[in-house]
Amino acid sequence: MPTRIGESRGQEMALTAAVAVVIVLLSLLPMLRLVREIVAPGGTLSTVAIAAGLRSPATWIATWHTLVVGIGGTLLAVLSGTMVAVLVSLTDIRGRGALVLCYVMPLMIAPQVTALAWLQLFGPASPFLKLFGAAPPLGTKNPLYSTSGIILLLGVQYGPLVFLLVRAGLRKLPRELVEAARAGGAEWFTVLVTIVLPLMTPSIMAAAALAFVSCVGNFGIPAFLGIPANYLVLPTLIYQKLTGGGPAVLGDTAFLSVLIGVIAMAGILAQEVMSRRRDYRISSTSLPAEPYELGRWRAIVQAGMWLLIMLVLFLPLFGLVLTSLVPGYGIALTAKTATLDNYRFVLFEHDAANRAFFNSFWLSIAAAFFAVVVAVPIGYLIAWGKQRWVRLLNLAVELPYALPGVVLAIASLLLFLRPIPLTGIQLYNTVWIILYAYLARFLVLALRPTISGYHQIDRALEEAAQVAGAGLFTRMRTIIFPLVAPAAIAGGLLIFMTALSELTVSALLWSSGSETIGVVMFSFEQGGDSNYAAAMSVITVAVTFVLMLVTNLLAPYLPSGVLPWRD
Amino acid sequence: MARLSLDHVTKSFANFDAVKDVSIDVADGEFLAVLGPSGCGKTTLLRLVAGFEKVSSGEIRIGSDVVSSSVGSVAPEKRRVGIVFQNYALWPHMTVAENIGYSLKVAKLDKAVARQKVQDALALVNLQGLGERRPANLSGGQRQRVALARCLVAAPSLVLFDEPLANLDVHLRASMEDEFAAFHKRTGTTIVYITHDQAEAMALADRIAVMDHGRLAQLATPRELYHEPANEMVASFISQGILLPADVLTGEDGGHCKVRVLGTELVVRCRPGERPRAGAKICCRSADLDVSPDGPGFDGFVKRLIYQGGGARIEFAPAAGPDLTLHFEQPDPVALGSGAQARLRIRSGWLIPAGPGS
Repeated sequence: MPTRIGESRGQEMALTAAVAVVIVLLSLLPMLRLVREIVAPGGTLSTVAIAAGLRSPATWIATWHTLVVGIGGTLLAVLSGTMVAVLVSLTDIRGRGALVLCYVMPLMIAPQVTALAWLQLFGPASPFLKLFGAAPPLGTKNPLYSTSGIILLLGVQYGPLVFLLVRAGLRKLPRELVEAARAGGAEWFTVLVTIVLPLMTPSIMAAAALAFVSCVGNFGIPAFLGIPANYLVLPTLIYQKLTGGGPAVLGDTAFLSVLIGVIAMAGILAQEVMSRRRDYRISSTSLPAEPYELGRWRAIVQAGMWLLIMLVLFLPLFGLVLTSLVPGYGIALTAKTATLDNYRFVLFEHDAANRAFFNSFWLSIAAAFFAVVVAVPIGYLIAWGKQRWVRLLNLAVELPYALPGVVLAIASLLLFLRPIPLTGIQLYNTVWIILYAYLARFLVLALRPTISGYHQIDRALEEAAQVAGAGLFTRMRTIIFPLVAPAAIAGGLLIFMTALSELTVSALLWSSGSETIGVVMFSFEQGGDSNYAAAMSVITVAVTFVLMLVTNLLAPYLPSGVLPWRD
Repeated sequence: MARLSLDHVTKSFANFDAVKDVSIDVADGEFLAVLGPSGCGKTTLLRLVAGFEKVSSGEIRIGSDVVSSSVGSVAPEKRRVGIVFQNYALWPHMTVAENIGYSLKVAKLDKAVARQKVQDALALVNLQGLGERRPANLSGGQRQRVALARCLVAAPSLVLFDEPLANLDVHLRASMEDEFAAFHKRTGTTIVYITHDQAEAMALADRIAVMDHGRLAQLATPRELYHEPANEMVASFISQGILLPADVLTGEDGGHCKVRVLGTELVVRCRPGERPRAGAKICCRSADLDVSPDGPGFDGFVKRLIYQGGGARIEFAPAAGPDLTLHFEQPDPVALGSGAQARLRIRSGWLIPAGPGS
C-alpha cells in the first residue's frame, strides 16, 4: 500500500523543526548579530570598529588585567582544586561527603556574594574583626581591593569547578594502573607524580580551560573588588562604558565583548592542542584504586582540609551574616546593636529591592521551566538521534554558556535595541530582554543532565511504546518525559539557583523596573550600603541552600554527577 | 495474524552489510526461529521487521502490506507488531496493569473494555492480582510474563521475540519455553523468535532460519537442519557437526551415494541428483562414530580427553588427516586415554551439497 509507506514521519519532522527554531533564536542569532556588528558596523563591511577598539589604550589595559587575573585565578583554582580532588579521591580521609558538599558550596554562591562576604571579612568595618578588636582603623584600604585580591577570590570561586572535573577523572582511573606501579616498587607519592597526575592531564587541562573561561568572563568579583581600586578588566570596562554612554557606545562594547570571547576561545583551543600532544586514553575499566592509608597523617590532613573549608566557606559567610545584622557602616556588633532592620528594609521597604526579589524569582522560575521543557526534546535528538548534525546542535547550545556572560548580554542588546521587525515589539529596556538572555545562557545547564539521563535509559523502553502504537509526541509525554524528568528537573533547579542571584548579564540589561537581586545588591554595595547588600546576599544564599536540600531528594533517581555537591 | 515475507532484504551500515539479500516467507501462524552466532545480523533482521531500521534494498511485507522498501518505511507504531524484548523493557514508572494496558490507552480504547482486556491478559500469563505491582517488585520470570501479556493485549499481527530467555536463570528457561509454546498454541500468532541458543530454537520452532555473516545460511525444519545441513557453516554450527573431506564415488541412488573418507569407503545420505565429484565434504555427528578395534575404519590417536561426568568427550585425530578433529562421547568406564591409539568407524553421514560457487 503505497499510501501507508509514503506516510511521512510528521511528528519527528515537527520536533526537529521546533528544536531548530529554538536553537537558531537562542544561540545562533545573537552570536551572528554580534559578529555582524564587528565586521560590518552599520551594515557595510569595514574594519572601523576593530581599528577604533584597538586604538584605545583602555582596551589594552583592560585586556592585560583580564589576562593577569584570568591566568592567576586559573592557576590558583587548578592547584587548590586538584590538590583537594587527590586528597578526597585517593586517600582514606574521613567525612568525604561533608567535605565535598562544603568545598563545592562556593560554586553555588554567586561571585558577587563571595566578593561581598570576603570584603566584609577583612575591611575596616568588618564586624568579624571588630569582635576581637582586630579591625584596621576606618579609612584604611581593604586589602582585597587589589589584583591579588581578585586572583584569590577567583581561585576560591572556581577551585571547586576544577575539583569536580579532576575528581570525575580520578574516579575512572583503573586500579590496575596504580597497583602495577606499586608492585613495581613505587611509593604512593611517586605513583601520584609519575602515574596518576600524568594520566589526569586531560581532566586537569579541561578543568583549567573551563576555569580560565570562567575567570576571564567573571563580572561580580572584579566589579566588587576592582572598580573601587579602578582596576578594570574587560567585563567591568564594558559595564562602565555602557552605564556611562548608553546605547551610543554599544558598538565599542561589542568589540570588547568579542575580544573576551576570543580570549576565552584561545584558552579552550590551547587546552585542545596541549591534550592532543600525547595519547592519554585509558582503555580498561575497573574498580577505583584502594584509598591510600594516610596513617598518622590522617588527622593532620583532615584538620587542614577543614581549616581550608573554614577559610573559604564558613568565615566569609559568617562575616556576611554579621554585616547583615549591623545597623550601619562601621558600627561594632554587640547584643545591643544587632538588628534585623536590614532584612526588613530590603524585603518590605525598599521598592527596587522588592521588585528585584519579585523579578529574579519569576525570571529564574521561567528560565528553569522553559529549559526543562525544551531540554527533553533537544536531549532526545542529541542522545538518540541518528543525524550527523546533532553534534553541531550540541555545540550551538553550549556556546552561549561557554562564552562569558558579557558576550551574550551585548549580543542581546544589539539584537533587541530596535523593536523586533514586523511585530514592533520592544524588548529593550524591559524585563523580557533579561529573560531572553537567561533562556539562551542557561539552557545548557538543564540539557547536560538530561542527556546523561538519556544515556542511562534503555532505548528499548521507547521502542516498546512505539510498537504499542504510540506516536512520538505520545511517547514523549507518557514514556520519555517521566523517565528523564528527574535529571531534567535537577537541571532546572540548578538553573534556578544560578539565575536567582545572577549579575553579569542583568547588570548590562537591566532598566528601571526590571532590576534583579544581583543588580540591586551591586548598587547597594556601590552606594556604601553593604549592610543591605549583605542582607540580600544572606537571603539568596539561604534560598540556594534550601533548594540544594530539596534537590537532594531527587538524588536517588539521578545519574551520578548531575548534582555537583553530592559525592 | 498475518504472514511475513522478506524479499531480498539488504541492510547496509556505513561500510558493511549487516543483512545481505535475505528472503524468508513466514506462513500465517508459523513459529520461526532465527538462529545464529552473535554478530550474524539476526537482531538487525528483527529491527528491520519491527521498523526501527530502514532497508537498504528489498522489501518486507506483513500480510498484504508492504511495510519496508527502498521507497519508504511504515513507522513502527503503525505496524501492529508486538515485541518481547531481551531485557523486557517494562516501564518502571508504571504499574504492571498500566504497562499492559499502554497500547490500549494509546489507541484510546474505552476504559472499561481496556480494563477487561488487561485482566484477561494477566490471567492468560498467570499473573492475576499482580496488576498494581511495579515491575521492579517482580521476579525475572514474572517480568517476562508481563512483557508477554503487554505484547499480546494489542492482538498484534506478528510477535517478535528478541532473545527473550537470555537474561533468565537456567532453571527458569525450561518453564518459560513451555510457556512460549503454550502461548503460540493458544493464540496462533505468527512468531519470529531471535535466539543464539540452538536447543531453544529446536524445541520451539516450526522452522529455523540460520544466519551467518548477514546471509541466510539455511531455512528449514529443525530435523532437516540437523540431518541435512545445506552447507558447511550450518553443518558445523548445529550440534557441533564434524566436517570431513570426501570424494564422491557414485551418483545418488535412493537418497544415498558412496564416498571415500579418510581412506575408507562408506555410504552416506545425500540430495537427489548428486554426481561423483572430488573435494566434497560430509557431515557426521558424534553419535555416528563407533570405536571398532578390529572392524573396518581408520586409525588415529586420542588428542584430548575431557571428563564430563558419567562419560568423557574424546577428541580424536585420524592418522590420515592429523589436523582434523573428530569428537565423540564415551560413557564410563572410559577405556581410552589421552594419546591412545584407536580405530574408528563412521556409520553414516550426510553429503554436503555443492555450494552455489563450486
